[in-house]
Amino acid sequence: MRIAVLSGKGGTGKTLVSVNLATVAEKATYIDCDVEEPNGHLFFKPNNIESQDISVKVPYVKQEDCNGCRTCVSFCKYNALAYIGEKVIVFDDVCHSCGGCVLLCPQHAMSEKAKYVGNIKKGTSENVTVITGILNIGVASGVPIISELLKRPLDKGTDFIVIDCPPGSSCAVMESIKDADYCILVAEPTIFGAHNLKMVHDLVRLFGKPYGVVLNKCQDGDNPSERFCIENNINILMKIAFDSELGKFNSNAEIAARVDSKYRDMFTGLLQLVAKEVSHETATSP
Amino acid sequence: MKQLLVLSGKGGTGKTTIATAFIKLAQAKAYADCDVDAPNLHLIMQQSTDAIQSDYYGLPKAEINLIRCIQCNLCRQACRFDAISIRDDDFGYVVNYYACEGCGVCEAICPMKAVSLNPAIAGELLLYKDEAVFSTAKLSMGSGTNGLLVTEVKKQLLSAAKATELAVIDGSPGIGCPVIASLSGVDMVLIVVEPSISGISDMERIVKTAGKFNVDTVVCINKYDTNFENTEKIEQYCKKHKLHIVGKVPYDANAVKAINNGQSIVDIDCVSGNAVKECFNETIKILI
Amino acid sequence: MKIAMPVNEKSMETTICHSFGRTPYFLVFDTKSMESVFAHNSAATSQGGAGVKAAQAIVDLGVEALITPRCGENAAEVIKTANIKMYKTINESIKDNIQAFNDSKLSTLDEIHAGFHNQAGK
Repeated sequence: MRIAVLSGKGGTGKTLVSVNLATVAEKATYIDCDVEEPNGHLFFKPNNIESQDISVKVPYVKQEDCNGCRTCVSFCKYNALAYIGEKVIVFDDVCHSCGGCVLLCPQHAMSEKAKYVGNIKKGTSENVTVITGILNIGVASGVPIISELLKRPLDKGTDFIVIDCPPGSSCAVMESIKDADYCILVAEPTIFGAHNLKMVHDLVRLFGKPYGVVLNKCQDGDNPSERFCIENNINILMKIAFDSELGKFNSNAEIAARVDSKYRDMFTGLLQLVAKEVSHETATSP
Repeated sequence: MKQLLVLSGKGGTGKTTIATAFIKLAQAKAYADCDVDAPNLHLIMQQSTDAIQSDYYGLPKAEINLIRCIQCNLCRQACRFDAISIRDDDFGYVVNYYACEGCGVCEAICPMKAVSLNPAIAGELLLYKDEAVFSTAKLSMGSGTNGLLVTEVKKQLLSAAKATELAVIDGSPGIGCPVIASLSGVDMVLIVVEPSISGISDMERIVKTAGKFNVDTVVCINKYDTNFENTEKIEQYCKKHKLHIVGKVPYDANAVKAINNGQSIVDIDCVSGNAVKECFNETIKILI
Repeated sequence: MKIAMPVNEKSMETTICHSFGRTPYFLVFDTKSMESVFAHNSAATSQGGAGVKAAQAIVDLGVEALITPRCGENAAEVIKTANIKMYKTINESIKDNIQAFNDSKLSTLDEIHAGFHNQAGK
């Protein structure tokens, strides 16, 4: 079962929910796809770290074979190539690794080399296998790392996977939810939260994913995100009240479900609810 | 014109809440929302006129002409983004709009000229010219090219509000290109940080990023009383890196109420509003 | 010799643009013939790699010196590889900068900033 946890907005509690959900399962894998600012590992503090560098392919030119036709420079949609002083220069950082220049060079003067863009670390924290992706500062697209994170073969016996997605609805988010069985949308009770919930709601519907909402930091008074769910017949899985104790655990990067049985029970309840939703989906889908 | 940019690194720290407070306190005649992925400023800074809207074009998207497609599979093999697949009805190949990165390899390699690269709208720019000039934008779902859109938002603001004294810019979270694009040409950056381990970690990344631009940087600690230990850690970090802290704002349940009423925290009488007023005064002293 | 500057409009009275890669136009001024040509910068609307494309255009225009307030690292690499000299503008006025160049009063541009790398993915 692959559960993706997302929110339109940062700071709503996506990591809180995904980390605690993975914790209360018997055995789980937690995958942090927020490769620009991964935070899950700060909570899990995993051990036995295995590290894997991730690279993309960028072109390099065999200058002696180049005849200066500039086909590559004109073709490149990303302006990653320049022709100066009878040499082709490659700008790795804007290259999208499409391979077009290599394919099209009439002199076959181009080939490819690896460019290191980030890293994936795998470790364990009690019952959870923690897989974290991190993008190097200066690299533009996290999509290759996310793709790799989700491709990795999983340990035997783990069939519960929680995917902590990046905020927003960009292509990085799309990549993260691609193969999810179910999506949990986390929202906070402000008009900002409701506005951004709508965005991510549109996204999961576009992808045809079954989903439910967790309302976090709920207080007395009007909850625009709750209103949005009610108005649109969206299943509210759970309401987490604003709780300064929970907030404190979170700000100290402590996993609430490991520290206090009250939270353990709360997230176990959520896990059971989600599992029921997923099996219901499998039973009723063609 | 002096430009003040509000950044946070991590989302949810209160960047937009504080930016709107600053706009109201300064009675700023020019402001912009550079968080083009999830713009929120317009929810508080309600405008009475309609915006001038313009389309924002991102990377082009490939499209396959089914009549010409002979299913030779060359495009599918060559596509590095797994964006081409066989149609369900087997009538040919189809491009996944969201996965396509507009590289043009399929167009170049197709022997039947069955593929074309078409301009694709990736978002929209909005410019409000009311009592103040407000520039904002919205990136469409699945898009990635937000650095350029941020640049367009700022360009739009600067050309519409040339004579203004102060412009307040609500930046985007993260440390990537949209943040770097918003940093261009600003006079001062205000980093809003919350006292959590992840908030501090993200603040450090953003200080490093802003540092490369040699821009005056000041810090405001929001919801500081939710964790005094971490607040102290932030204070020590700022002292070590010679970053001026313009103020500390307490957690305030009334802030949420104000925001949900479409008001800024300085429109009502509340503790966070008062604390932000002090941050504002301190920031302006340094900026102007 | 030909010198270039990023400018905001096609007029000698306009101001110098604060960005090199995304400037709307380049002014190419011939110091010998005193002729000026305004070239449209196609890199201004590029999704990414604007600095590279703008710098390539400068090279192709046969410019020998570039006067600009700032320059990103990718553009700088192209400019330096082409042996084009880079100078820092003294103010926003085209005429003042041309004068300063002729009087050898301009200093070389040494601080190159990190690129903006506007492109897909977040």
